Amino acid sequence: MRPDAASPAFVGAAEEALTDSPPPPPARRRTSLRDQIVPIFTSLASVALFFGVIAYVVTSAPEWPRIKRQFFSLDAMIEAFPAVLRGFWINIQVWLIALVAIALWAMVLALARSLRGPWFAPLRIFAIVYVDVFRGLPALLLVLLFGFGIPALNLPGLPSSGLFWGTVAMILCYAAYASEVYRAGIEAVHDGQRMAAKSLGLTQWQAMRYTILPQAIRNVLPALLNLTVALQKDVALLSVIGVRDAVREAQIYTAQTFNYSSLIAAAVLFMLATVPMARLTDYISRRDRLRRLQGAA
Amino acid sequence: MEDRVSIDSVTKYYGSKLVLDRVSLSVRRHEVVCLIGASGSGKSTLLRCINRLVEYDHGVIRLDGVATEDPSFGKVGLYRRIGIVFQAYNLFPHMNVLDNITLAPRRVHGVARRAAEDKARELLAGFGMSEHALSYPEQLSGGQQQRVAIVRALATNPQVLLLDEVTAALDPELIGEVLRIVRQLKDDGMTMVIVTHEMGFAREVADRVCFLEGGRIVEQDAPSRLFASPQNPRTQKFLQRIIEAGRL
Repeated sequence: MRPDAASPAFVGAAEEALTDSPPPPPARRRTSLRDQIVPIFTSLASVALFFGVIAYVVTSAPEWPRIKRQFFSLDAMIEAFPAVLRGFWINIQVWLIALVAIALWAMVLALARSLRGPWFAPLRIFAIVYVDVFRGLPALLLVLLFGFGIPALNLPGLPSSGLFWGTVAMILCYAAYASEVYRAGIEAVHDGQRMAAKSLGLTQWQAMRYTILPQAIRNVLPALLNLTVALQKDVALLSVIGVRDAVREAQIYTAQTFNYSSLIAAAVLFMLATVPMARLTDYISRRDRLRRLQGAA
Repeated sequence: MEDRVSIDSVTKYYGSKLVLDRVSLSVRRHEVVCLIGASGSGKSTLLRCINRLVEYDHGVIRLDGVATEDPSFGKVGLYRRIGIVFQAYNLFPHMNVLDNITLAPRRVHGVARRAAEDKARELLAGFGMSEHALSYPEQLSGGQQQRVAIVRALATNPQVLLLDEVTAALDPELIGEVLRIVRQLKDDGMTMVIVTHEMGFAREVADRVCFLEGGRIVEQDAPSRLFASPQNPRTQKFLQRIIEAGRL
């Protein structure tokens, strides 16, 4: 039977619930030192066992000394390292310059494509054709075409260095991808934002600059960082046109000594540069997802 | 009294679908007109025609006797003189409250930052929201966001305020704080056109209620008469359904 709301017992219970303090929060679970250390120890042991077995199997193979000499010779690495590092500095420089140029050029392309109105049709069509062409071609082909082809023309007034034109090829290629990322971000901004901007009297350009773009870039930041990581590695393509980057320098050493440890040294440098960037991308994506979840709640 | 907004035989198609059929409506200065009707009756479209967020196909809308397509309004004059607030607030999420409010005054109307911010703070204070000036929209409740959206629409001193279902996205306990502001604006003499599903609110705040169906104004009257004794059978049927749903 349900208690009658007017009955003295029910009223008493309600009063009690109001005056009494609520039950205490759950006690923090205490974990003994042993409870904390055992899992850490277990994972350390299992990791050591797992990789130890692999290392043992690999190094005990009859071919191992030869493999080690060819790829992991410390002496060869040390000998090749100064040249490889010098080359890697070129990779970094090309990467940074290309990064800035791509960010700007891709933005121009994305904006050209999102312009409305009949007068902008040529710009729109240019942007569409551009992206189709440069996204459809292998980066390697572009690097060869620009790095060898254009200097061979001996055009007056234009630089003739392979490094310059190779960088241009990377910029043109990656800008096509980056502009599509920007465009996806622009289109993902809710239509109500455009309407609000219009109702406040903002022009199409002002709405883009103050309201749409800041949101679009924030939304696609993880995707842009991913492209940044990919670009850092692809700068090595310039080695095919004779640019003495890290890969090229490592190859030169290999050609002289028939030892591939210099390439491993270059590989380590690339890893040192890209892994932290990949972690940063993960971190920003995760933070972004959390922000969205909070925003939705 | 003089008409602030006069809508004269406005017709609007979406493709081949007729959404507004020769609608005429005049709103006097300081008058509050509520548009009611089922979804798809054309009331939101009519509201958005007034500040030309939606372009209509025939007819003319005048603000203080001047057609809204008149070049004398310039590119932004109409948007300065008519403010609009949307159902989903549509605040800019990457800007804090103050920046949301001062964006149009500063960037569109060339008001200096300092003056625009002083004005924004004054408005916020007037609606009891001073402490939120530096908050971001996502840090505010729906009711607070909608009040900020109203302040944003008021930042250019508009002569007409359009409210498009401003409480429809809010939890019931938050509706009151938004409606309180609308009442306050009515007391200040703001001319308003309000699309709403809150019949109780329409009855309380409106000087006149228009019932729309199929893109036409079927009946309009003072709320006391329209809600108590609707003349048109279609209005009667609509209000009957509302009563059955317990919303009146």
